[in-house]
Amino acid sequence: MSFHALTAAELGRALRRREVSSLELTDHFLARIEGSGTRLNAFVTVTAERARADARRADAEIAAGRGGPLTGVPIAHKDIFCTAGILTTCSSRMLANFTSPYDATVVEKLTAAGTVLLGKTNMDEFAMGSSNETSYFGPVRNPWDEARVPGGSSGGSAAAVAAGLAPAATGTDTGGSIRQPAALTGLTGIKPTYGRVSRYGMIAFASSLDQAGVLARSAEDAALLLSAMSGFDPRDSTSVEQPVPDYHAGLEAPLAGLRVGVIREFFGEGLEAGTAAAVTGALDQFKRLGAEVVEVSLPALPLSVPTYYVVAPAECSSNLSRFDGIRFGYRCESPRDLYDLYTRSRGEGFGDEVKRRIMTGTYVLSAGYYDAYYLKAQKVRSLIAADFQRAFESVDLLFGPTAPTPAFGIGEKVDDPVTMYLNDIYTIGANLAGLPALSAPCGLVDGLPVGFQLIGPQFSESRLLSATHAYQRETDWHRRLPPAWA
Amino acid sequence: MSNEWEVVIGLEIHAQLATRSKIFSGSSTAFGAAPNVQANLVDLGYPGVLPVLNAEAVRMAARFGLAIGATVAHRSVFARKNYFYPDLPKGYQISQYELPIVQDGRVDIVLDDGSTKVIGVTRAHLEEDAGKSLHEELPGQSGIDLNRAGTPLLEIVSEPDLRSAREAIAYMKKIHTLVRYLEICDGNMQEGSFRCDANVSIRRLGRREFGTRCEIKNLNSFRFVEKAINHEVARQIDVLEGGGSIVQETRLYDPGKDETRSMRSKEEANDYRYFPDPDLLPLVLDAGWIESLRATLPELPDAKAERLVTEHGLPAYDAGVLSASRELADYYEAVIGLVGGQPKLVANWVMGDLSALLNRDGLDIQMSRVSTQRLAGLIARIVDGTLSGKLAKEVLETMWDEGSDADAVIEAKGLRQITDTAAIETVIRKVMEDNPGQLADYRSGKDKLFGFFVGQVMKATGGKANPGQVNELLKHLLAG
Repeated sequence: MSFHALTAAELGRALRRREVSSLELTDHFLARIEGSGTRLNAFVTVTAERARADARRADAEIAAGRGGPLTGVPIAHKDIFCTAGILTTCSSRMLANFTSPYDATVVEKLTAAGTVLLGKTNMDEFAMGSSNETSYFGPVRNPWDEARVPGGSSGGSAAAVAAGLAPAATGTDTGGSIRQPAALTGLTGIKPTYGRVSRYGMIAFASSLDQAGVLARSAEDAALLLSAMSGFDPRDSTSVEQPVPDYHAGLEAPLAGLRVGVIREFFGEGLEAGTAAAVTGALDQFKRLGAEVVEVSLPALPLSVPTYYVVAPAECSSNLSRFDGIRFGYRCESPRDLYDLYTRSRGEGFGDEVKRRIMTGTYVLSAGYYDAYYLKAQKVRSLIAADFQRAFESVDLLFGPTAPTPAFGIGEKVDDPVTMYLNDIYTIGANLAGLPALSAPCGLVDGLPVGFQLIGPQFSESRLLSATHAYQRETDWHRRLPPAWA
Repeated sequence: MSNEWEVVIGLEIHAQLATRSKIFSGSSTAFGAAPNVQANLVDLGYPGVLPVLNAEAVRMAARFGLAIGATVAHRSVFARKNYFYPDLPKGYQISQYELPIVQDGRVDIVLDDGSTKVIGVTRAHLEEDAGKSLHEELPGQSGIDLNRAGTPLLEIVSEPDLRSAREAIAYMKKIHTLVRYLEICDGNMQEGSFRCDANVSIRRLGRREFGTRCEIKNLNSFRFVEKAINHEVARQIDVLEGGGSIVQETRLYDPGKDETRSMRSKEEANDYRYFPDPDLLPLVLDAGWIESLRATLPELPDAKAERLVTEHGLPAYDAGVLSASRELADYYEAVIGLVGGQPKLVANWVMGDLSALLNRDGLDIQMSRVSTQRLAGLIARIVDGTLSGKLAKEVLETMWDEGSDADAVIEAKGLRQITDTAAIETVIRKVMEDNPGQLADYRSGKDKLFGFFVGQVMKATGGKANPGQVNELLKHLLAG
């Protein structure tokens, strides 16, 4: 049986009906990961032993009539989440030797939900990238075309789920790092409201933008995992003390009458024609399902990319200061003195993109430049948030493409950071405004998946998921597997 | 233009807040543990960990703000101060920068001439302490102890209102008294719980603009502050009068050599790249909460001193000395309560003989070997005439050394004062008989010999005769 063609929800139901054991499922996915899956370079660490132990425990739970919808379902964690006793590398040479002494809250919660940990997925180094090419462990390949990137930074999670190496995986999204790879690999990916999911144990890139989320095969799967991950955490001062709705129970909410605002600024120059056509097709489907579609304008939104590339590097330049070769992580050989220890450990431990952003961030925070860059970016950020707020006075959800093009070729954009950065042009706004946003597949362009994006007001995850669920009941883009991995 | 120099000083005092746990983590703040046993993953700056603000530290900072008549900010912001150092685990210190929790306060200090001067407190902000680098213990290597990393500090920044080392000390002592009254800092300077940096500059008297300042780092005793400032002032005068100019820099005071030396110049100074810490939301304090905190403030030193003058009738000096320490004032007031009055007498004993014994043995008033009950017992024996002042001093010393009460000492030593008029008269007559020459001289007008007779009577009674009665009876009997 092709377990990998099923969704996590379907696997959970099969487990509870005892049609399959968690150990069988786990072995099936481990065999795919360790077999042809190695081609994709989607995993940094495969935790086979841990997975089988988790699976046996889950099987015992199920046999005892206990457990929930995710008990026994294998998943993978992006290698940015700390996992006790397991390498946690952030795909950086800096942490290539780092075994975390503790579990991130997200890991803790998903473990408590009974999931089985298959391994840790490859990513752009410290989540800085849109193609998964900045990883110290090499690029991840897109299962739809292995010469192409899977997107990034959660590229390993995306490739693993798309290729059926794992039913679902966690990701993080600072500027589109869940949604853009989801779009480029044909998955449903959700980045919840800032503060919905604890950041404790998630290695920080840009603290005011980072949010954990899910890459899955369907809105239903995303709902199941998000319910398990969310909630207030006293260890994260920015997590929000607000009850978590049962996202799965809310999936059947009717779509009729939903006011959907099409973001005018997202359909201009730069949007590839095939992608535009597929996304417009999805919009038509929403109309057929009873949505009221209107066009809206968010005039400050085109300033997202420059704003983001001030705020995110500023925060990252400070967040990454702790990687100094003193207490953990990479340390250079035979340092002559303290200065040499710092400069060589960091110089050798970080890759080029990380260094580029640390330098940018250090620059924009420097005396004499702070007002012109950092402060101004914060002001523009407020304008962008205000644009969204105004839009949500008249619509329930905003709609647009997730990425301007389908997956591009490995190596195609690595020498041109600005073009690379423009890949996140549609996703960054939601991060700057702290809003929940989702990408779901809506077509193939020359055999490559493309996705649409929904953005909602704060804490409207249920609405994003139910709207997508309604769409997915009428379409089958989300059920397509890459031909080579079916 | 005047050739006189005016000294301008501003102090940055670091008071370690007396919370049980650290400002952003649950680790203990206790002093003296083995290296790194009080450092958890947050203190070590591990990947993925996040700070969570300690509410008790906020409460303490707000109480300080209220005590100095400052604005306790409705909204304050934690910022990151970025620099690399091995004992700074995250590569940044969490502090407050543009919006501190305490803004614009003031304290009164008493100058040497007894007058009062108002010193402005620009701000007080919350921040975390760094760890310690250990260079001596490990030859050829440096050790890092992160027990202190994350300890809550209140940095109290004065206006440049201080005009001499004496004023600086008076101000620092006043803040020291305040934080101890408020029970927000143990004030222990040896352990570094209370320390300061001094910004020192000089200018020609009458000039409005400030001279270039130097910052002297990490002064951890009142004496060092005074010596360091005086040394720095002398150095700056030498430089300027020798035709040189002052370079803005950070200097370190070396108490061994009694000199300051340059640590780093302005050009070498770090660009700290302060920005709001995105891991911590702005600290928002409810006005009602701030007001409710005001109700928990103890009687503060100035109010206490005022009350000791107006209600107890003490001289301002005595009131100032007693109120400078909450514990000393508490001791004094407890004795007053037990004796039922006699404020000046009690103040004299507390500030005089008792304080001398405390100083001799290097003890704080809380550790006094004579309890308030026992001192009250001694004073009762003075008031009822059992003991003369002189005898009482002797009794107090014995009480101190033997840990006994006044009555037991009086009994054991037979020190009870002689107040029986007939007995004193008998002694006086005997003295007059034994000294006929002096008696004749006195009666012929040598009044100065009165003291001789007093001395002889006291000698004959072993100092136990009541001096008042001796004087009175002697006058009468010598007159014949």
